Amino acid sequence: MRAFANHFAFEFRTGLRDKNLLLLNYLFPLGFYAMMGVMMGQINPLFIQTMIPAMAVFAILSATVLGLPNPLVEGRENGVFRSFKINGVPSLSILSIPAMTTAFHAIIACFIIALTAKPLFGAPAPVNWLAFALLCVLAAFTCAGLGALIGVVSANTRVTILWSQLIYLPSMMLSGMMVPTSMLPAALRKVGLLLPSTYAMHAFQGLALGQATDIQPWAAIGILAAGGILAFGLALYLFSWDSRNTTRRGHPALAVLALLPYIVGAAIF
Amino acid sequence: MSEAAVQVVNFRKRYGPVVAVDNISFEVGRGEIFGLLGPNGAGKTSTLEALEGLRSADGGTLRVMGVDPTREARKLRDIIGVQLQTSGLPGSMTVREAMRFFCAYHRAPERVDLLHRLGLGEKMSAQYATLSTGQQRRLSLALAVAHNPPVVFLDEPTAGLDVATRIDLHEMMRELRASGTTIVLATHDMAEAEKMCDRVAILLRGRIAAIGTPRELTATGSGFTKVSVRTENGSLTRSDAAFPGVARKTVQEDYVVYFTTSVGTTLSAILAHIEAHGDPLIDLRVERPTLEERFLEITNGGGAR
Repeated sequence: MRAFANHFAFEFRTGLRDKNLLLLNYLFPLGFYAMMGVMMGQINPLFIQTMIPAMAVFAILSATVLGLPNPLVEGRENGVFRSFKINGVPSLSILSIPAMTTAFHAIIACFIIALTAKPLFGAPAPVNWLAFALLCVLAAFTCAGLGALIGVVSANTRVTILWSQLIYLPSMMLSGMMVPTSMLPAALRKVGLLLPSTYAMHAFQGLALGQATDIQPWAAIGILAAGGILAFGLALYLFSWDSRNTTRRGHPALAVLALLPYIVGAAIF
Repeated sequence: MSEAAVQVVNFRKRYGPVVAVDNISFEVGRGEIFGLLGPNGAGKTSTLEALEGLRSADGGTLRVMGVDPTREARKLRDIIGVQLQTSGLPGSMTVREAMRFFCAYHRAPERVDLLHRLGLGEKMSAQYATLSTGQQRRLSLALAVAHNPPVVFLDEPTAGLDVATRIDLHEMMRELRASGTTIVLATHDMAEAEKMCDRVAILLRGRIAAIGTPRELTATGSGFTKVSVRTENGSLTRSDAAFPGVARKTVQEDYVVYFTTSVGTTLSAILAHIEAHGDPLIDLRVERPTLEERFLEITNGGGAR
């Protein structure tokens, strides 16, 4: 317990102390939120209706999918995990504790957005704050799983950026964050269903804001949860202490299995 | 449980077609400082990392305090301390946090005293990335011994350290030995190995080329002792006299240097010679072969045992 508490406290502080992580955990999502609030309020008043879930999902993606993988790659490549292994730090802690603290930072950012969006930009506040909080936790868990998986399978930080952007950029355009999914062409809407952010958006809109959604919110929750569990399981299975000495238990290409729940979702919806 | 702290029996390790370690065996007794010497690529790091549980063996048996490093990884963590040659800590982790972090995982009390002892007292709040190489190595050493493990592996522990810290570190190693800790030391510093190690093994191309105490190893070399003599009138320089036991003679600056297998008789003969020539003695030095010379003899000559 003492080890867990120390590790958690260290990783949490790192999320504020490390300039890159501070940027991705807070400065970038909150800065983007402020910018979108000012700009989009005038350009597209519809955006304000879904501003809180959209910016919450954005903050979660920024912290987890963009921020989490690089420290994992650097830890492996710089021998940090070798030191950890020798000193008895389990792989579960190496993956789960940074994921938890990153999720924690993302949730704080989500609440800053949710609490300020109404007074600052007139965005509708959640009608169910408990649902909002629980969905923040679930979305952060799922995206942190993907972030951890990207960190585990990427050979270097350049590859990490590539994989992260492959999730991040389509999420911005196709998940309903910027434009309602109902306005997208059918083919793009299907592509959007391969992204966790699409399900997170529907769950937030349906359960936290009480708005009508195309996808059953509880089904979206099920897919998100399955995606998170699968991503974490794969990250743990494919984890490598040291790219030079350790043989992986499976080929990194197995990571694509993390898409299974979303493929099922795309087939159903 | 075995009496040996470390047992290596017929250990083999290969990387694809390259045989890094070829069937080596040795034991390290409890409370012993054991040195692993060898040129780069000799198999030192592969052997150490297999004992530390970082690499698996392709053959043979390894035991540390009776524990199999590959199969009993969890047990191993509490009985070994490791200072890696290229160890990493998260760049943003402070010195104090590192001590707290690893002691917590070892379920051991924090050892802030060790940080002071190793000159890191004023760096408690400094982040790892901001430490100098020497400070990083000292921190790594402090973390390796903080949980009082019975076996400590040190990989090039004094590389990059200043003289004062090196002396402190050697003193610390002696204290650890006195308290019963076994130390396995990989080093390129022959003087350090000769001074600190109870026994050393010289690895060459994955095999043990020589093993024993530093004194035994130097004695089993060419066997020559160096006698250097300087006299006022240089009578020895001009002399063709063949002294007993002398295999070779060279002149180095003002000294005449004899390589002898029989120090006593050679010295008596030299002293008799200069007395007979009325040539006053200015300086006389007798030097046994060093471990470094023996090491170079083995590594240049080859011939693994």
